[in-house]
Amino acid sequence: MKILVVDDEKDVQVLFEQRFRKEIRNGEMEFVFAFSGEDALIYLNKHEHEAVLILSDINMPGMSGLELLSHIKQKYHKPPPIVMMITAYGDAENFNTAKELGADDFLTKPVDFTLLKEKLKPTS
Amino acid sequence: MIVVDLIIAILIVRYLRKTLQTAVLLPAWDKILTGVFFISIGLLAADIFFGRRVLFLQWGGHAVLLFLLYILYSKKEFKPARSYMIAIFPYVLVRLTVDILKTFFNSFYNTLNNYADAAILFAVIWLIAMLVINKKQQKALAKEQEKRKQEEEQNKITVLIKEQLEVQVAERTAELTKQKEELQNTLHELQSTQSLLIQSEKMASLGELTAGIAHEIQNPLNFVNNFSEVNTELIAEMKDEIEKGNFEEVKALANDIADNEQKINHHGKRADAIVKGMLQHSRSSSGQKEPTNISALADEYLRLAYHGLRAKDKSFNAAMKTDYDQTIGTVNVLPQDIGRVILNLITNAFYSVQQKKTLRQAQGDNSYEPTVAVSTKKTGDKVQIKVADNGNGIPQSVLDKIFQPFFTTKPTGQGTGLGLSLSYDIIKAHSGELKVENKEGEGAAFIIILPA
Repeated sequence: MKILVVDDEKDVQVLFEQRFRKEIRNGEMEFVFAFSGEDALIYLNKHEHEAVLILSDINMPGMSGLELLSHIKQKYHKPPPIVMMITAYGDAENFNTAKELGADDFLTKPVDFTLLKEKLKPTS
Repeated sequence: MIVVDLIIAILIVRYLRKTLQTAVLLPAWDKILTGVFFISIGLLAADIFFGRRVLFLQWGGHAVLLFLLYILYSKKEFKPARSYMIAIFPYVLVRLTVDILKTFFNSFYNTLNNYADAAILFAVIWLIAMLVINKKQQKALAKEQEKRKQEEEQNKITVLIKEQLEVQVAERTAELTKQKEELQNTLHELQSTQSLLIQSEKMASLGELTAGIAHEIQNPLNFVNNFSEVNTELIAEMKDEIEKGNFEEVKALANDIADNEQKINHHGKRADAIVKGMLQHSRSSSGQKEPTNISALADEYLRLAYHGLRAKDKSFNAAMKTDYDQTIGTVNVLPQDIGRVILNLITNAFYSVQQKKTLRQAQGDNSYEPTVAVSTKKTGDKVQIKVADNGNGIPQSVLDKIFQPFFTTKPTGQGTGLGLSLSYDIIKAHSGELKVENKEGEGAAFIIILPA
């Protein structure tokens, strides 16, 4: 199970690697990181046939999470990867837009890792 | 001859009384003169009736004339009339001498008879000439006096006018003073309004920042919370490993915990810096320049402005390009003031690219990529901060107005029109320059140049 995390905050990588260290060690999950929407698209183009779950922040400079989402959902007709969006607390507008664009699931900031683990487990 | 003597005496008395106005000014002398006048008349009448037969008449005439000469010469009251003395003196002298000679030295007199007649004639001519000159002088004097009187009159009028003018001037001055005070009050009001406006401009830009600040604080706080949670987990794990005696693993865990502590510290400080920056921004300038890392300042405000704008308009996004010259070190500035300028320029840049994007999208064109670039550079003894955008640029028609206070292209209520004007003042106060590079339709770049 490969998970692509998209966030402009670089420390997210360390955080995820530590939070999921057991799963990474067990080989249950593999994490890839992209620090912008553009980087994420480049990665996806290079690794087109990998089954990937995407976990993306919305608020990023340059291409936003929402733009990335619409790119992915338009481009990958079958089978489109699962995309989970991370929205800021109480941001109903972004939530609704993401839902319309076809986001599969939502997480609110600050990310509750216990909840995230539960959500990721059935898919792996 | 006695008739002539007496007529002269009468005339002189008349003249004196008239010209010296003795009736009013010298009443005592007037009585005496009146007496002399009537004595002369009496003598004259006696001479006409009795002729040469009465000898004393002759001496009476002399006495009257001598008396007149005497008072003219010795009394200071008659000083103004001394010219009569000069006029009659030769006549009186000649006549008296002639009569004395005639009476007492008749034989001697007879030899000089012709000379005596000539002397009398000369004295008479002298007398007439002097009287004429006198008359003329008096007329001239009277004229002069008249003139002086008129002048005095004129002066009185002038003084009166002057007084009136002074009153008017005083009134006007009072009026002007009042107006000046009113103006000064108005100026004070304007000055306090201006400082209020500056404060409200600060507050407005702070308002724009609030959402950005919230976002900027939320992120580091999330990290602090997350990493400290991770550390709790790691410590629990470490205890297990200690129990098991697996010290290699314990060491690795300890290293992770230490790394995480650093992260916690880093993000805690980040949040701290943002709050401090916000406080500084709202505070009035302390007036103290301090060594400031210009690049860090620019970056801080770039992020704040970006997130602030994002919070207001969720559909908006822009790429941010940064290029900071790490060799700059620190520059002595008022950080909150320079920060406000940078914030203002960046906010303007974002506004511009946002406008262009909206316009392009309305035209069905999605290819435009809004970009705002912030860079710092050190050149010689100058440091430059450049904020460039690829928006629509500034229309040539308003380019020379952008630094004017209250000039804004934004709709009413959206901009105070003070941003660039205040920015310009702040940079001037730092002995720097605020320049603009503009290509209509392609974007604008604002460049702050500060002495390093």
